[in-house]
Amino acid sequence: MSQTTLAPAAQRRRERRFGMFSVLLLAVMLGVFASTTRGDRATFILNDARGQLFELPDLVLPVLPTVVLLSAVVAGIAARQFTRGFGSRAVVIVGVVALLFVIAFLTWAAAGGQLSVVGLLRGSLARATPIALGAMAGVLCERAGVINIAIEGQFLAGAFTAAVVSSIASNPWVGLLGGISAGVLVAFMLAGLSIKFQADQIVVGVVLIVFATGVTSFLNTQVLSGNPQLNSPTRFTAIAVPVLSEIPLIGPVLFRQSLLVFGMIAAVIILQYGLFQTRWGLRLRSVGEHPKAADTVGIHVLATRYKAVLLGGVFAGIGGSWWTLDAVGQFSREMTGGRGFIALAAMLVGRYSPVGAFGAALIFGFSDQLATSLQLLRVPVPSDLLLTAPYLVTIVVVAGLIGRLRVPAADGKPYVKQ
Amino acid sequence: MSDHQEPPGGAPRPGEHEEPASEPPPGDVLLDEDEIAQAEIEAAAERAADAKSVGLEAGFGERLVAALTGTSVIVTVLAFVSALFIGAFIIAFSEDSVRQALGYFFAQPQDAFRAAGDAVFSAYRALVQGSLGGTTQLSETFVTATPLILTGLAVAVPLRAALFNIGAEGQFVAGGMMAGLVGFGLTGLPMVVHLPLAVAAGVLAGGLYGWIPGILKARTGAHEVISTIMLNNIALLVSGYLISTTLFRRPDRTDPISRSVEESARFPRLIPWEPGLRVNTSLLMAIALAVVIFWLVERSTRGFELNAVGLNPSAATAAGMNPARTLVTAMTVGGAMAGAAGAAVILGLQYRLTIGFSAGIGFSGITVALLGRGRIGGTVAAGILIGALQVGGRNMQAQTGTSLELALVIQALIIVFIAAPGLVRAIFRIKADDLATGQVAKGWGA
Repeated sequence: MSQTTLAPAAQRRRERRFGMFSVLLLAVMLGVFASTTRGDRATFILNDARGQLFELPDLVLPVLPTVVLLSAVVAGIAARQFTRGFGSRAVVIVGVVALLFVIAFLTWAAAGGQLSVVGLLRGSLARATPIALGAMAGVLCERAGVINIAIEGQFLAGAFTAAVVSSIASNPWVGLLGGISAGVLVAFMLAGLSIKFQADQIVVGVVLIVFATGVTSFLNTQVLSGNPQLNSPTRFTAIAVPVLSEIPLIGPVLFRQSLLVFGMIAAVIILQYGLFQTRWGLRLRSVGEHPKAADTVGIHVLATRYKAVLLGGVFAGIGGSWWTLDAVGQFSREMTGGRGFIALAAMLVGRYSPVGAFGAALIFGFSDQLATSLQLLRVPVPSDLLLTAPYLVTIVVVAGLIGRLRVPAADGKPYVKQ
Repeated sequence: MSDHQEPPGGAPRPGEHEEPASEPPPGDVLLDEDEIAQAEIEAAAERAADAKSVGLEAGFGERLVAALTGTSVIVTVLAFVSALFIGAFIIAFSEDSVRQALGYFFAQPQDAFRAAGDAVFSAYRALVQGSLGGTTQLSETFVTATPLILTGLAVAVPLRAALFNIGAEGQFVAGGMMAGLVGFGLTGLPMVVHLPLAVAAGVLAGGLYGWIPGILKARTGAHEVISTIMLNNIALLVSGYLISTTLFRRPDRTDPISRSVEESARFPRLIPWEPGLRVNTSLLMAIALAVVIFWLVERSTRGFELNAVGLNPSAATAAGMNPARTLVTAMTVGGAMAGAAGAAVILGLQYRLTIGFSAGIGFSGITVALLGRGRIGGTVAAGILIGALQVGGRNMQAQTGTSLELALVIQALIIVFIAAPGLVRAIFRIKADDLATGQVAKGWGA
């Protein structure tokens, strides 16, 4: 009863909260971007240095008019958020406001300089790869009812093992297998402790991170630092899809990437289909929602959970391999830098769906890449503060959107057959 | 084939948690007693929905709190022994001489065993000697244990309310930064004013930094594990930036190192006539705070609410308690403890801020609190034990070349065994009781 009477009030409060958010961004746009421009024009380079079918002109924007125009649009949106509201499209509108803010920010940052759009987008997709793969691991585990905080630990174990195995075998494919097996090993510990021994899953996850950090750092100083030949893995090289990779702008971004990027996109599509359109996916989700009912109709709850967690380990292991087999090409201690937690956040933001998590991973990959791109532009913001962007975005998103998240009903609860 | 229907679950409907518990239904003028009673029932229902929306329903908290406080001491001891046992294998296999002897294992197996035995024995001997082997070593153990006790409390207090505070590291940084700023920013004050002021600044900053995830969880349901991890990263980056600004940096240096804390804001040493003994009065502060926290958690009314919310939020709500307020308090008190730890390190030991001065002390607090089984006395004891392990680990690295990170591995193994008592019981064939299945009887006697 109270739902029907309270829902419009809650909706109004939410719209007002979104309105405050818009006003906050508007204040930054006018107070910082419009008043402290360092040049008249911002140049966005749309071409890639490699061969492409035809050249695009550079996009040159006048800084002040662009920022003022974008501010006006945001102001209009904010006004409607405070008065009539956007109803069911409220969340989408928040995304639009954020996008306008980002464009204004980029215009301000690139004022008097040049920003390569291809580099920015290409880097974003690459950096989104491990985050999305880690999020796939999270989706699989949590849809089956096991909380997986340990993605960071799986990343580190995967990165370390992939580096060592690829160095020994001089073959990135064998290295990838090594990374996968390390991810699966950590997943096995998670599964055993939380499914068989029914330990608290959040504690187990945190512990496995400490454990993986400790073991990889220990072996790094103890073994790898004295034997550099064990830490020079053969890496995957970028693959250019014929013809498609020569389309301006989207070619280099989408079709000239490393193998792991293509693999990640395939994994997202397959998992989205598998989880929601196949018998396997229905069974997996059923043990995460109502294990007793699943058990009653003959689904083996514990075995299904084990399989889901171990399969998640495969994806997290590939995600970890991205660092040593693709991006960096060498293991160093704690090199994953908390991206496992970002993957966790991406899974939550994507509401436990592979495609949603992929979208969130793109946002995080973008803010990650942005910090790097902006250092090149010598933006008058210290790099330490720029690097906080992904974490701030995570908090804002988790606090602003996740409150209404519908968690799989049996997530984190061990199942005991009666 | 596909199943798009939302199965029934404990998920809050949109809008249910939007109204804070304290607010009456909006826009209603209450006319008679029936309506007042109706409003009260609705308010109670909203409070219950509120408790659900902040993630306090059955699950994580109750089971963990009951399992931790219900774990027997023998399991804790065996967890420690098992962790050292596995650590021995890691030492053995990472030792060059052992790996070489393994190369001809089948010709002369005794060589491999002897090499492994030597490596493990000398490493663990260095570990014990380095932490307990003399007055200097004991002093170092207590110096290291002081902030660990406090960050352990920072995790233990929220744990009692079924909250997992991974943010002690960030709260430690916030506390250390503010304590340092007051410590070198103000001059000419007598010690009786300056030192308490600097400590208070650290405690306040830590408490505020712990309040953020608390209020976020109470208001929006953002899980404290995610928000505290993000706040840790933000604190580390922002502190790195601040230390390089003119506000903090030493004027005569270009590298990021802060000015030194004034003498009047430093914790005096306990044994000032022995220059090698760094143990100082911050240890007494840690013990005093532990006593206060013990009273607060185990004896006071607020502590009773804390435990009630941790053990059974629905019952606590039904009894008229406010879970949302309790969890904000728990996170704030926890953050204040981590802030005190930061103050203890900066004002008692390092005297200046450098990049990464937290050095994982906040994360070790998680180990300390879990090893102490979420109890205050246990946390103090665990802090001293882990302090000894870390000091000994440094000595082990210096003497036998076994890398310091082994201490981290052993810490992780200890928590694995403590978090999964069933595992320890299975290994040591301890007679199974209800704990072995994880199905813990909830109740006030636990």
